[in-house]
Amino acid sequence: MDQAASTIGLWGIPLAVLGGALRVSAPFLFVSLGECITEKSGRVNLGLEGTLVMGAMSGYGVSYLTGSPWLGVLGAASVGALFGALHGYLCGRPRVNDIAVGIALMLFGVGLAFYLGKPLIQPTAPRLPALGLGDFSDVPQVRSALQVNALFLLGILLAPALRWTLRNTSWGLILRTVGESAEAARAMGYDVNRVRLWATLAGGALAGIGGSFLSLFYPGSYNEGLSSGQGLMAVALVIFARWDPVRCLYASLLFGGATALGPALQSVGITSGYYLFNAAPYALTLFIMVLSSSTQRSSTDQPAELVVAR
Amino acid sequence: MTASAPVALEPPPRTRVQRLGPSLIAWCEGQLPTALAVAVTLVLFGGFVATAGHNPLAVYAEMYRGAFGTWFSFQNSLLRAAPLMLTGLCTALPARLGLMIIGGEGALVVGGLAAAAAAAALRGAGPTLVIPAMMLSSMLAGGLWIGAAGALRALRGVNETIGSLLLSYIGIAVFNHLVEGPFRDPASLNKASTPPIGEANMLGNLPGIDVHVGLAFGVTGCLLCYALMDHTVFGFSARIVGGNPRAARLSGLGVPRLIIITCAIAGAAAGLAGMVEVAAIHGTANASLMAGYGYAGILVAFLARHNALAILPVALVLGGISASGGLLQRTFGLPDAAVNVLQGIAFVALLASETFRGQLRLSRSTR
Repeated sequence: MDQAASTIGLWGIPLAVLGGALRVSAPFLFVSLGECITEKSGRVNLGLEGTLVMGAMSGYGVSYLTGSPWLGVLGAASVGALFGALHGYLCGRPRVNDIAVGIALMLFGVGLAFYLGKPLIQPTAPRLPALGLGDFSDVPQVRSALQVNALFLLGILLAPALRWTLRNTSWGLILRTVGESAEAARAMGYDVNRVRLWATLAGGALAGIGGSFLSLFYPGSYNEGLSSGQGLMAVALVIFARWDPVRCLYASLLFGGATALGPALQSVGITSGYYLFNAAPYALTLFIMVLSSSTQRSSTDQPAELVVAR
Repeated sequence: MTASAPVALEPPPRTRVQRLGPSLIAWCEGQLPTALAVAVTLVLFGGFVATAGHNPLAVYAEMYRGAFGTWFSFQNSLLRAAPLMLTGLCTALPARLGLMIIGGEGALVVGGLAAAAAAAALRGAGPTLVIPAMMLSSMLAGGLWIGAAGALRALRGVNETIGSLLLSYIGIAVFNHLVEGPFRDPASLNKASTPPIGEANMLGNLPGIDVHVGLAFGVTGCLLCYALMDHTVFGFSARIVGGNPRAARLSGLGVPRLIIITCAIAGAAAGLAGMVEVAAIHGTANASLMAGYGYAGILVAFLARHNALAILPVALVLGGISASGGLLQRTFGLPDAAVNVLQGIAFVALLASETFRGQLRLSRSTR
């Protein structure tokens, strides 16, 4: 890291933050897009942390067994969908609380992943290929900072596509109707529980993909400290993004950048205070919640059926 | 029952046993969903270890042995139950008001930090001063943390679940910042820690048993909170808020005040758990505090159905389950995460069993 400071000087910090944001934000992006779909239907899935870790574990396992990292991504998505479906099904029963089930599935998912993942800590599985966006440059730091991955680009494309789908298609309209007023949706003849089941399933699949990114690209191996709470923060991220997929993308980049700021400062010798930077996104989210909440009314952006909104 | 049925025959006066019968049956019916959840958990986890090639009955027997089978393992379970009782209260008390607080981990961490800070500030003073100071400051810090989540809820309408989670993360970040930076003991090389609180200030053991005084804190806390929530006007008012907030407001109860005070007490309990971990186990505040007691406390509260008295046995059982993890690993080669899988299954099954509440009957005559 001394070399970094000597060749590009303090420019290394914004560069490292940018590179970090590009790498670290992908899991944030996928879990927040998934949570966004689920919450648009009027339900909260707090269990995405478990789904994320399960996705990381199963993606790595499938990639190791089959030799194909893309099959690993697919496996992670399937496992995530399964967890989402379990959440969606249980919460469709009467008197079952979605937030509590989420916490339960988080504990279950993390426990199960740690249990099944024990044999995966040692071996090396094939990783997802990197795309060198910075190959135009001769500076190695630039090249390594701009190494991204096709999955991340897919996520960037998914955000506007999702916004468009929610706004302009009948599926999006049904989903939003269910999220705004279950009664209205029921009156129109839609099965509210089934719509929410599918929304939670889709959200789980995306969270699973986010997990596979952790184990198959960056950091790129499986261990038990892989997730640093990205799944838990998904709910806060979606609130931060005011339930809009494109703003989820910006919020993910911001959260990713804030996470990368610490190591970047450390590389130029600033070692103190960066834990507080890690807390910045959470404090900011809380601040936004304080500003936008009210005991009298709820914000226009949030689905009216959401427990978190009440 | 038809319209021509004989009306209003005076029932014979009941004996005490007869009067007890229906209420006992009703109580048992209330426990049926939980019993069902436990049974389903045992079957599911049994199948889980069976697919791993182990005899489920042998695994359960070994778990019992590792949790409660010997005096040593029983004491080990008690050690783990102590913080669980306190973090369980952190979720259970606000739940009586209909609030779901999940930030116990953060309250525990700031409580532990405050305890270490109090010990550092009173360096040189005797344990008679330092230990109460550690207790008070940890309860104050934890109470402020969850009390803030309650205040945001009561005054600004900020969702308390997400609010407490965010505050928890902020608390952990502040903890990391101070422990790695300004408040780091230069002598802690491998693992950043605060200066040790000193051997003299460590919590001693309860008389006649190899378990520290923190267990007494946990038991006392649960008893006090049970008395508060189930046998005082305050608790009665709180339960009205949980049952029907609108009715509570209309009948003139100070809902915000009830919410903030209850959340502050809940946070104080979790903060005290942090102090117990610092002053009885680690002797300093470091990352070992984040052992997941805060999150496990959520499970404890739900299993106890948010009843402070029921937290005592539930915390003991869960403490026992986690204590048996090591033995399962040695005997069967099961990963230590096996007990987490069991806890996860139990939690999911318990919540799913809520759907049967009020639907299961022991006899047709009770309702």
